[in-house]
Amino acid sequence: MGLELYLDLLSQPCRAVFIFAKKNGIPFQLRTVQLLKGQNCSKEFLQINSLQRVPVLKDGDFILTESSAILIYLSCKYQVADHWYPSDLQTRSQIQEYLGWHAYNIRSIFGVTLWVRVLAPLIGIQVPEEKVNRNRTYMDHALQQLESKFLGDKPFLVGQQVSLADLMLLEELIQPVAVGYDVFVGRPRLAAWRGRIEAFLDTELWQEAHGPIFNILEQMAKKTLPVPPPETQKNMLFRISKIP
Amino acid sequence: MGLELYLDLLSQPCRAVYIFAKKNGIPFQLRTVELLKGQHLSDAFVQVNPLKKVPALKDGDFILTESVAILLYLTHKYKVPEHWYPQDLQTRARVDEYLAWQHTTLRRNCLRALWHKVMLPNFLGEQVSPKTLEDTVAELDVTLQLLEDKFLQNKDFIVGPHISLADLVAITELMHPMGAGCQVFQSRPKLAAWRQRIEAAVGKDLFQEAHEVILKVKNTPPADPTIKQKLMPGVLAMIQ
Repeated sequence: MGLELYLDLLSQPCRAVFIFAKKNGIPFQLRTVQLLKGQNCSKEFLQINSLQRVPVLKDGDFILTESSAILIYLSCKYQVADHWYPSDLQTRSQIQEYLGWHAYNIRSIFGVTLWVRVLAPLIGIQVPEEKVNRNRTYMDHALQQLESKFLGDKPFLVGQQVSLADLMLLEELIQPVAVGYDVFVGRPRLAAWRGRIEAFLDTELWQEAHGPIFNILEQMAKKTLPVPPPETQKNMLFRISKIP
Repeated sequence: MGLELYLDLLSQPCRAVYIFAKKNGIPFQLRTVELLKGQHLSDAFVQVNPLKKVPALKDGDFILTESVAILLYLTHKYKVPEHWYPQDLQTRARVDEYLAWQHTTLRRNCLRALWHKVMLPNFLGEQVSPKTLEDTVAELDVTLQLLEDKFLQNKDFIVGPHISLADLVAITELMHPMGAGCQVFQSRPKLAAWRQRIEAAVGKDLFQEAHEVILKVKNTPPADPTIKQKLMPGVLAMIQ
């Protein structure tokens, strides 16, 4: 059995892994794990990842979780172009620096809008306005730091070419955009950066990766989103209660 | 100017960087940034790290923040023994996996345990509700179980028979709730034995030296009002 990737393209880190593998021509079997259907809690999937999370990579007997670890593993194993994870020590360190910051300041913050506008209403919950506003403040603050400290005047986060850090970031920022909160409005530098990455990826790949997330509002309006099973709803309630 | 490390041993990632550099004989100038005095907010330090956080590394003109990035930089630049960040692709990926996982789990929960239990009430004079404290301790428990079941399992160290960056980053976290008086190791013999192995691997004296501050943190006198006002916004954001 070759490389298998367990993904749900509604998830930001899953899309980063998907785009990375496709763009670099890495052959893999896509194993779709539909989070809304609770497939991450199935017995089969628990064998793969007891943490019930995607993305997961399976390469023969080797199972790896955590998107950044997966991207680095793929970069090294398939010897992709150097710009993704540069061998130059200082540049590579800057990618790690970004990823460390990203874990606190981006990852846990930019997914909230999807919960507010789609996932919570899907199970009949409304996230309090106060939390929504607080989340916007966090996003604004993070975007400011992002522009001033990490992107600056460079074309990409760590210099002249796209790296796996850009991909991780872009997918997080797409999440609120897809549900109608455009974080790029009024941020021309960031918008130009997004344009550069989009131009680098093929249109077809871009559409394939983002189809599910860009359609999610329409699906909600048409009531064609799956109704999460009770166990999944319980997990969702817990997740919603954790929104600061 | 050689390598400079901006640290406060009160901070868990700073301790990891400190132990790593010392253990591997990496020469550096220690630049102490006293967090409880608000030195990380000073103009001088903002020049080094505009994000106002420690640890920070300065190597000539090159400035690097974020502990994981710093540890990896030192690993590559100083050619330390391979076990810290193994060459083997899959073993290395295991280290990366742990380092990515810990940010919003163990790191967050250990930090909250310390601040909710000790630093907010004792140092900042802010009462924490029993319910909040209970939740914090319960979440920490869940995370410790994951550390044991998913990452350490029955191995000597997180990625196998030798100590790696993952162990160092994990143990320095666990000493945070220890400093707060949580008995992290008491009912967890596997984690307790693992701690002994880490102490033996890095050297007991160095381990003790690095943890002196945190193990005495309960005796920190209350902050004066000016300092409290200065620190409060950062503290609240940090333990969110």
